[in-house]
Amino acid sequence: MREGTVTKDAIASRHPRSPEALLSLLHDLQTANAGNYLTPDDLALAASHVGLPLSAVRDAATFYSMFSLRPRGRHIVRLCESPNCHLAGAWSALDELRRVLGVDIGGTTPDGQFTLELTSCLGACGVAPVMMVDDEVVGNLTPTRVRETLGRYRGER
Amino acid sequence: MRRIQVLLCSGTACQSSGSDKVKRALLDELGSHDLLSEVQIVETGCMGPCELGPVLLVYPEGTFYVRVKPDDAAEIVSEHFLKGRPVRRLLWTEGAPQPQEIPFFSRQMKLVLRNCGTIDPEKIEEYIATGGYEALGKVVTLDPAQVIAAVKESGLRGRGGAGFPTGTKWELVRAATGDTKYVICNADEGDPGAFMDRAILEGDPHAVLEGMAIAAYAVGASRGYVYVRAEYPLAIRRLEVALAQARKLGLLGARIFESDFSFDIELRMGAGAFVCGEETALMASIEGRRGEPRPRPPYPATHGLWGKPTLINNVETFANVRHIVLGGAAAFAAVGTEKSKGTKVFALAGKVRNTGLVEVPMGITLRELVFDIGGGVPAGREFKAVQIGGPSGGCLPASLLDTPVDYDSLSRHGAIMGSGGVIVLDDATCMVNMARFFLEFTADESCGKCVPCRVGTQMMLAILNRIVAGEGTDQDLVRLAEIGDMMKNASLCALGQTAPNPVLSTLRYFPEEYRAHIRDRSCPAGVCPNLVRYVVVPEACRGCDACRRACPTGAAQGTAGKAPYRIADELCIRCGACFDACPFGAVKKEPR
Repeated sequence: MREGTVTKDAIASRHPRSPEALLSLLHDLQTANAGNYLTPDDLALAASHVGLPLSAVRDAATFYSMFSLRPRGRHIVRLCESPNCHLAGAWSALDELRRVLGVDIGGTTPDGQFTLELTSCLGACGVAPVMMVDDEVVGNLTPTRVRETLGRYRGER
Repeated sequence: MRRIQVLLCSGTACQSSGSDKVKRALLDELGSHDLLSEVQIVETGCMGPCELGPVLLVYPEGTFYVRVKPDDAAEIVSEHFLKGRPVRRLLWTEGAPQPQEIPFFSRQMKLVLRNCGTIDPEKIEEYIATGGYEALGKVVTLDPAQVIAAVKESGLRGRGGAGFPTGTKWELVRAATGDTKYVICNADEGDPGAFMDRAILEGDPHAVLEGMAIAAYAVGASRGYVYVRAEYPLAIRRLEVALAQARKLGLLGARIFESDFSFDIELRMGAGAFVCGEETALMASIEGRRGEPRPRPPYPATHGLWGKPTLINNVETFANVRHIVLGGAAAFAAVGTEKSKGTKVFALAGKVRNTGLVEVPMGITLRELVFDIGGGVPAGREFKAVQIGGPSGGCLPASLLDTPVDYDSLSRHGAIMGSGGVIVLDDATCMVNMARFFLEFTADESCGKCVPCRVGTQMMLAILNRIVAGEGTDQDLVRLAEIGDMMKNASLCALGQTAPNPVLSTLRYFPEEYRAHIRDRSCPAGVCPNLVRYVVVPEACRGCDACRRACPTGAAQGTAGKAPYRIADELCIRCGACFDACPFGAVKKEPR
């Protein structure tokens, strides 16, 4: 769907014209941008589509941690920072992520491929430590597994 | 009928361990032995022991294989499927090929999770074959009041944490005036370490939808929502599949089972806000607003979504409903304790041998949960505490291991049932640091609307940060208790009201650890960086010089080849570089 020929209006038309569609619409608009973020135009489109003032849409978009108003990488890498992952050694995975990507938490690689973020529990504690790359859950993280996974995403496209 | 059925777990955890690769390898092997018509592979929901994944269960005899790699496929097919000899090295324990012989399974009582791990969650026919939607079919022939009476009689209480009697809640919504009513399923499972709702949604989504439809009939609603967190993509996908299938068969939509009852469900996704698990915040989020809670009353039962009467229950609560209808309220109530009926699903994690998802009858003791089912703490370490109920819950010490697990016993001891996250802690865990961790979480997730929570979490966190840094005072302990008490009484929603629990319960059961941090400037577990001392174990040191080269302050001292090295505490800045650098594990942290 990403980078497709689908226009923003077409994305909006898949959602009902009601405030209850706001979060789903924002998710879809964000995913449609290569930079995984919401542009001012996206917010304006969402506002007019669901019938809310722009200020209310901005208010909501800035409240939820999964929305970004700044460009991010093509892939979002989210490392779980919950206690189970902590106990299982999430920090050595974080060190490796920082080292391989060359960015700190919240940073985007210069080539625009990855943004590194932390997330609350992903509910896959049996295979802690865990991270999520886009929609894929990657567990039993070791520095090697971190490198392999990032390599796989780098190889795509 | 196929000769052999292979149930392959494809929950999030097993998928992440490579269950799809195992499936492909098995299919390849089956194909090359021309067995595809004799052996069927069924992808199921979570079977429970997540860290042993990928796991698979081979029927008819029920052999349970763990940690299966794609390379094992050839041996499983040639030895087991062709020659009838189980592959012993892939069994969980030698000599116990079947789940019922393994304590992890045999001590459980599966009601809600009955279908998780036994049916393909993406095939509605498999759900129907287990009696699925039969309860809904029965309910639409009853009077709604009868349905509510049955739920009340069953004694079912909300599984989301607070434990409010479910039947009473349904009755309130039924009695509320208004033409439009809503049913919402709260699938915004956010407690760190809790994943029972995810497993139910991934493994048996129709049970939740059926429970919602029954509830809708009972309260008189025609529209429902599942609000699920965006962190659970697999659960979202399976729900979408389930909804489409149920609509296609007329089990959702207009005139269900040719009755006058019409009901449909929509999916709503969160966007990363823990507070949205609170019911009023969740409804604000569905309405397209910031997910902030509001004061109650009025309760959602009368003023809910869009101001209309709304029933909101948790995933596990809804998944229980069909069993009450089919098995009868009395049978349901026969399990459990006087005030906590039925079973509860727990996510067992932390320093315990068997982690994963377990379902037990209410009233089982913590000891049975941690030691009999969980297998206890791994060798070489000792049990210290069990953290139950996540950031809203508390830590209970070894002396309380015989506490029955039910709503009232747990809250009497300062913990809560919560959604069911259980984290086992061993003696290498610093309780102060653990409490600080949870406070950091709630401080971060506080929505900021009310002062007691917004400021209280920050103040408690600041004090805890001081204590773990070795700068605490005795007065800090008094202040922690004071602020905690104020937050409990004055916060707007359960997030703030329960946020102090991890601190207050550790203060209650582990006061000596707080005192050691404050008076002795020492962390007994050797965790808090400022309060530990690095020492070289002489027997383990090989004189490799790695620690000296890593040390930025010259505290690690010695001459290459001449073991042992030593670490001068007065020069040490406790950066841990020597600890990380030592290839022989000769550098140890110990309390100062």
